[in-house]
Amino acid sequence: MNNNFFEVLRPGINTTYQDKGRFHMQHLGVAPSGCMDQKSYLIANKIVSNQNQEGVLEFAYQGPLLKLTKGKTKFSITGNVIFKIIKSNNKTINGECNRSYDLDEKDQLDILATKDSVYGYLAVEGGFAVTPFCNSISTLSRANIGPNNGKKINLKDKVFFKKDRQQKNNFSINVLSEKNNVIRVLKGPQFNYFSKTAQKEFFSQEYKITNLTDRMGMRLEGKGLENIVSTNIRSEGITKGAIQVPEDGQPIVLLTDHPTIGGYPKIANVISADYDLLVQKIPGTNIEFKYIELKEAEEAFKIYYDKISKDLNNISILK
Amino acid sequence: MFKKLSNIGDCGIVCDFGDEVNQKINSNVIKLFHHVRKQVLKENLKGILNYTPSYNKLIINFDLQKINSSTIIEFLESVDFSQLSFSQNKKEWEIPICYDFAMDLKNISKTLKIDENEIINIHLKTIFFIYMVGFIPGHPFMGDLDSKLFLNRLKTPRVKIPAGSIGIVEKFCNIYPYESPGGWHIIGRTPTKLFNTKDNSNPCLLSPGDIVKFKSISKKEFENLNNE
Repeated sequence: MNNNFFEVLRPGINTTYQDKGRFHMQHLGVAPSGCMDQKSYLIANKIVSNQNQEGVLEFAYQGPLLKLTKGKTKFSITGNVIFKIIKSNNKTINGECNRSYDLDEKDQLDILATKDSVYGYLAVEGGFAVTPFCNSISTLSRANIGPNNGKKINLKDKVFFKKDRQQKNNFSINVLSEKNNVIRVLKGPQFNYFSKTAQKEFFSQEYKITNLTDRMGMRLEGKGLENIVSTNIRSEGITKGAIQVPEDGQPIVLLTDHPTIGGYPKIANVISADYDLLVQKIPGTNIEFKYIELKEAEEAFKIYYDKISKDLNNISILK
Repeated sequence: MFKKLSNIGDCGIVCDFGDEVNQKINSNVIKLFHHVRKQVLKENLKGILNYTPSYNKLIINFDLQKINSSTIIEFLESVDFSQLSFSQNKKEWEIPICYDFAMDLKNISKTLKIDENEIINIHLKTIFFIYMVGFIPGHPFMGDLDSKLFLNRLKTPRVKIPAGSIGIVEKFCNIYPYESPGGWHIIGRTPTKLFNTKDNSNPCLLSPGDIVKFKSISKKEFENLNNE
């Protein structure tokens, strides 16, 4: 194995290895995991000439401070992230997202914060040297699954990468961010458990995203929804983006690390095209839900992915 | 045969087999689960990411970039249930249990007015069927317990239950694979590891549809097996 690595001088918050996700295991109780914001993940890999399934480091709110102890690499940071590069001669460069940078031995990368967003991504050329479990390097820290014994990155950990920098050029992609607070949803399987008033309220009121939000779920706060059938259902499989409503009437959006089965009624389901947008909303943000039909959701997804593909192809060499 | 197909979000399909919870209905769910899984692993059905059986439903999740719900619904509607087999995928397990670690046996005995040894006997005699595995990795929901032992969940769930603890609620029995919170009545503990994160090819011991019988072991045997 190559011995190139970063030393972790500050772990950041919730810094974990992630990729597209771990599939074909939900029937054994294993959540899909993977990068929360798949668009930023794809862009991060593209900029450093990686395959689109390569693993990256995901962080929330604050990223790690990494010292390149051995080797030289090229990296990219995506999302909306404030970071700086501290060269070995103490010269500091303020970093920009969505472009690549060269990093040499003894340089430091200080990922300070995500700006008006939750998640950021760090990709290195060639990828990180970690062992996959069941075809994925995604971390599910709740069940200790994934690299680093399934744990978040910690102080003094070593972050190994597969190979030294090879690509001579640096690249950038122009990414436009979306500022919309309206999240489109489909009706959930237990939509009819809720009173007519509650159904209307769900689509007309603003919900505040609370602090009780992580990779597993996003708790919302609004006027409580009245359930007229039952606040428990027979446990059934969970789909990412499902919006369940427990007895207190406050919705919870189930996210990437969701439990595999659950027993609360689900009023709605976030459409795939709006998922990346939703997970990047910080606590305190007010959001609204808009009802659409399946056909529109499928069309919206196609538009969304065509747009991402276009962005990925719009990569340019930095002069 | 399922009664209804519907969407859950734009990348999920629910196959609903009706409202009841019994082994017959669940066996049909599991038959379809094995069939779908086989087709996916043989790459006859591309773009499917997960298939999650529960008591009376199978939920199929897919990648919208590769497939959409109408293709999956078409596939599901063409399935001939009379051709699906169940037994060839079913495994039988004997799981050791040490009743010395029961946290609730005394209370159950008091509540149900059944002698502790009798409770253990009924539990040991039961041939359990695994309805589903999930919530957390490796966690089985098994039935059916004798109705004499039916209990509701604990009023106040425990904050911490040791890994390997075996609990009962209503007609179901579970095993906690990890230390976790929980509201089931704990009647013993097993040294058997249900989920192994070092085993890539077969990390999970139990599967939906498997059969489980318990075998009573002493505290000393428990400790020996636990240290292996």
